[in-house]
Amino acid sequence: MAPHRAAPHEGAPQGDHDAPRDGASQAARALRERVARGDVSAEQVVSEALERIDAHAELGAFLHVARGAAQDQARAVDAKRRAGEPLGALAGVPVAVKDSLVTRDAPTTAGSRILTRTGELQSAWRPPYDAHVVERLRASDAILIGKTNLDELAMGSSSEHSAFFPVKNPWDLTRSPGGSSGGSAASVSAALTPLSLGSDTGGSIRQPAAFCGVVGLKPSYGRVSRYGLVAFASSLDVVGPFARDVRDAALLFDVIAGHDPRDQTSARAPSAPTAEALERLTLQDLEGLRVGLPREHYEAELHPEVRAALNRLQAALTEAGATVVETRLPSTRYAVASYYVIATAEASSNLSRFDGVRFGLRAEPSGGDLHALYAETRGRGFGAEVKRRILLGTYALSAGYYDAYYRRAQAARRAITAELEAALEQVDVLLTPTAPEPAFRLGERTRDPLAMYLTDLLTLPASLAGLPAISLPCGFTGASQEHLALPIGCQLIGRRLREPELLRAARLVELLLDLPGEPAPALGGRPAQQGEALTTQPTT
Amino acid sequence: MNAPGEYEAVIGLEVHAQLLTETKLFCGCATSFGAEPNTRVCPVCLGLPGALPALNQRAVELAVRACLALGGEVQLSSVFARKQYFYADLPKGYQLSQHDRPLSLGGGIDFSVDGAPRRAPLTRIHLEEDAGKSVHGAQGQSLVDLNRAGTPLIEIVTEPALGSSVEAAAALRELRSILLTLEVNDGRMAEGSLRCDANVSVRPVGSTELGTRSELKNLNSMRFVQRAIDVEIARQVQVLRAGGRVVQETRAFDPETGTTRSLRGKEESHDYRYFADPDLPPLVLTAAGLAAAREALPALPSEVRARWQREHGLSRQASETLSAHPALIGFFEAALAAAPSVAVKLANFILTEVLRGAAEQGLSMSFRVTPAQVADLVLAVEARQVSGKQAKEIFQVLEADEAGQSVAQVIAARGLRLVADDGALSALVAEVLAAHPSQVAAYRKGNHAVLGYLVGQLMRRSSGQADPRRASELLKAALESETGS
Repeated sequence: MAPHRAAPHEGAPQGDHDAPRDGASQAARALRERVARGDVSAEQVVSEALERIDAHAELGAFLHVARGAAQDQARAVDAKRRAGEPLGALAGVPVAVKDSLVTRDAPTTAGSRILTRTGELQSAWRPPYDAHVVERLRASDAILIGKTNLDELAMGSSSEHSAFFPVKNPWDLTRSPGGSSGGSAASVSAALTPLSLGSDTGGSIRQPAAFCGVVGLKPSYGRVSRYGLVAFASSLDVVGPFARDVRDAALLFDVIAGHDPRDQTSARAPSAPTAEALERLTLQDLEGLRVGLPREHYEAELHPEVRAALNRLQAALTEAGATVVETRLPSTRYAVASYYVIATAEASSNLSRFDGVRFGLRAEPSGGDLHALYAETRGRGFGAEVKRRILLGTYALSAGYYDAYYRRAQAARRAITAELEAALEQVDVLLTPTAPEPAFRLGERTRDPLAMYLTDLLTLPASLAGLPAISLPCGFTGASQEHLALPIGCQLIGRRLREPELLRAARLVELLLDLPGEPAPALGGRPAQQGEALTTQPTT
Repeated sequence: MNAPGEYEAVIGLEVHAQLLTETKLFCGCATSFGAEPNTRVCPVCLGLPGALPALNQRAVELAVRACLALGGEVQLSSVFARKQYFYADLPKGYQLSQHDRPLSLGGGIDFSVDGAPRRAPLTRIHLEEDAGKSVHGAQGQSLVDLNRAGTPLIEIVTEPALGSSVEAAAALRELRSILLTLEVNDGRMAEGSLRCDANVSVRPVGSTELGTRSELKNLNSMRFVQRAIDVEIARQVQVLRAGGRVVQETRAFDPETGTTRSLRGKEESHDYRYFADPDLPPLVLTAAGLAAAREALPALPSEVRARWQREHGLSRQASETLSAHPALIGFFEAALAAAPSVAVKLANFILTEVLRGAAEQGLSMSFRVTPAQVADLVLAVEARQVSGKQAKEIFQVLEADEAGQSVAQVIAARGLRLVADDGALSALVAEVLAAHPSQVAAYRKGNHAVLGYLVGQLMRRSSGQADPRRASELLKAALESETGS
C-alpha cells in the first residue's frame, strides 16, 4: 500500500469507510446506500461537505457554494426517504459542478468576468435554465453543492486562467491541478465531494484527473448532452464525471448519459448502463484484454517517472494475461495544430454572443455607439487567454485563410480519426500516459502559451476523434527535496459509444494497480514519504 | 421595357419568405406576429450561453414543399452554416443560414407579362433564421425586440435574368401566389413576412457581360419593388451617360422621395467567416420522403389558370386575378362547382362585385357572401329571373345581411322579379313612346343611340323589374314598325 493518507479533517477517523463522519470522503456508492438506509441523513452529509469545502477554501476549487439550496435539497431527499418514496441513483450524494454548466437561478460565470454584471464574482449571471446534466443530477436526487473553478470559459490547461483566482493542486498547493476542469478535479481529489462534473474539449477532464490523482472520464462525443454547457468548441466539448474510483465515475456517467433532443449532436442510441457490470469484475477478467500502445504517444517527451509508471503498468498487464501490442498513429503529429485551429475557430464564433446586450457584463462608454459597447464589454470582460484564442480562431476562418487553416485542420482531424478507429479494430483499448509530466508549478507555464498548448498532446487525439477516454491514477512520483509525491495518470481510449467496454478495462486496470483510494492531502508543505507508487498483485 | 436608350437592365431578386410554422426554426417559441416585445423568447433564440439549436421539422417540410413546387432540385444533404457579424438584434453573433450547401438548387418561377410567358430561373433556395428587430429611438437610444429572432425563412434567389421592373414585379407576384397556395407563406409584404431585395445592374444593349450591381433593400410592397427598380435603373443609366461608374453597394429605397440612397459600399461589406455549424448535423432527406412531398403538392396557380382557360373559357386576365390568392381560388372553384355552366359570368361577377368587399388577411380572405350565393345569383340572372342590375342589388343585400338568407329568399322578400311577358312590356313601350316624342323622332331620323335612353326610361317605369333585353327588342320593333307605316 502506498503511504498517501488524507488528512481530511482534524480527528477524523482515517480509512474507515463506515465512519458516520466525513461522508464526503467515502465512495458515492456507499454514501448513497447509507443515506438510503437512513444510517446518515442527507442533511448531515451536506453539512459535512460544506464544512470541508470551507476548511479547504485555500484550494480555490469553488466559485460558488450553494449552501442554502444544497441544504434544501438534502432535506427534500430525507423527506422522500422517510415517506418511503423511491430514491434516485445519487440520493444524498454531494456533486460539484463545473461553473461552465448553467444552473437555474444560481450563479454561473464559467470563470469569466463577462458573465458577471459588475466584473465581480458576487454579481454572477443567474441563468433562467438548467443544463441537461444538471437536470439529470436533480432527477437522481444528487445534491448540487456548488460550482467549481476553471480556466476562463474552459480555455486552459492549468486553471490559472480563471478570471477570479487560480485553483491549487491538493497534492501540492504550489502546483496546478491541471485544467480547465481544475476545480472539479481538486474537489474530488481533496474529498470535498465524492463526485463532480467537468467538461473536456481537448483534455480538460483527463489532464486534471491525472494531475490530481482521481478518475476522469471523457465520454464519447454526443454521449452526454451539451445542452447548457457554455460552449468552448462545439464539435469537441463533452461533459463527463470525476470520481475517486472507476465505479463511482461509472455511476455518475450512467446518470448523465443518454439522448437529448435539445442537442442535435447527441447520439440517438440509448446509453447502456455501465456501473453494475463493474461490480462483478475480477483480475481474471484481464485475461485476453487487448491493449494497444500507440508508439507516437510514447515518443513524446515524457517525464521519466511518467514513463516508468506506464512501463510498470504494461508489464503488469502482460503478467496478468492481457495482450499488449504496439500500434501506430502517424497522424498524431498533426493533432496539436489541428486542434488549436478547430477549437479556436469554433470558440471565436461561440463567444460572439458575449456582447453586453442581453446578459452579463455591459460596459457602455458614454456617448459610444454599438461598436464601442462591444469593444468595451469584450475588452474588459475577457481575459488574455480567451482574447488570444478569439483572435486565432477569427484569423483561421477569415476569407482567404479558411482553406489554408480550417479546411486543412478538418482533413487532419479526419485522418487522425480514421487511424484511431482502425487501431481500435485491432485492440480493445489504447493505453497512453494522460499527460507528459506530473502537475507543473503554478505560474510555470503561463508565460509561454505554446508550451502550455503542447502539454495537451496526449489527450487531443481522442477529442478530435470523438472517442471515449478515461484517465485514472497509475502511480506517483517519488517525493524529493524538489517536490512532494505527485500522482501520475494513465489514459485508456476506447471505441466510440462503447463506454461499457472502456469502463470495464479501466476497472480492471484499477483492480490490477490496487492504489490506495484515499483523497489527496489538501495541505501544502507536508512532506510525503517516499514510496513505491505501484503495487501489482498478480493473481494467484 | 428596357432602360431608355442604349442600356438594358438586368435584375435578380432575393426573396425572404417567413415559413408558416407554429414555432421558430430552432426552438419551441411561438412565431406569432405582434406580441409584446421580448415575450416570445427562450434561452435558444436569446442566444444564451449553453443553449443549442434543434431544427424544426415542420419548417423543413414547408421549405421542401416550396422547393418542389418551384422545380428546384432538393438536395438530400444540406448544411447550416454560421454567418457571422455583430449586431444588437442578432443574439448569437451569427445567423444560422445555409451557405455553400443549400436545400435546393435551380428551378424557376414561370409567369407572364401581358400574356407572354416568361421565366425567372432560380439559383437556389435555402433555409435560414430571421434576426430580431431594432427600433431606433429619438435620443440615439435603440431598443431590441427578439420575438422575431429565429423565425424560419426561406431565401429564394433568382438568376440575374429579369429585364425590367414590370417583369420583376410580375415574377414576384407569381411567386407570392405560389407560396400562398402552398400555405408556406402568408404573403404579407407590409408586415415583412415576405421581403424582397433586388439586385439591379444595367449594361449596353447587346453586351453579354453584367454591369456592376447595386442591391436594393426595403422594398416592402409590390408597388415599391417596381418603382424602386425603375428609379435605380434610371440612376445607373444617368451615371453611365455622365461618364461615371456604378459602384457596387447596398441601397435603400425611400418611398417618400422616390429615390434610392446608399446604405453601405462594397468595402464596408462583412467578411462573414462562414463555417458549417458544429451544433447541427447536416440536414438529411430521403428520396422517398421527397417523392411523398411531391405527391402531396396542391395544384399551383398556373395549373389552375390553365384549366380555367381551357375548360371554362376564362380570359387570361380574369384567371390571373382569380388565382392570385388561394382563398380566392377556393371561392371561385366552389362557385364553379355549383354553377359550371356560367363560368365566365361567375368570374366576372366575382371580379366586379365580390372582390370589392373581400378583405385579405395573410393566408385567409374574408368574403361577405358564400360561393353558393354567388352561384345562385348568377344562375338567376342567366334564367332571367332577375336582371343584372337587380342581381347587384340582391348582392348588396346579401353582403349586408347577417342572417344568411338565400338568394331566393331575398328575391321573394323584396318582390323582385323580372317582367318579361310581352303583354306587360308592350304597355310600357307604348307609355315610353308617348312620353318621349322628340327621342322617338330622333330615332326615326337615324339617331339610334337614343334607344338606350328609351330603354332606361322603360326600366324606370318598371321599377327596374323589366327584362332589359326583351324590353329593348320590343322598343326597337315598335320604333321601326311605325317608321314603316
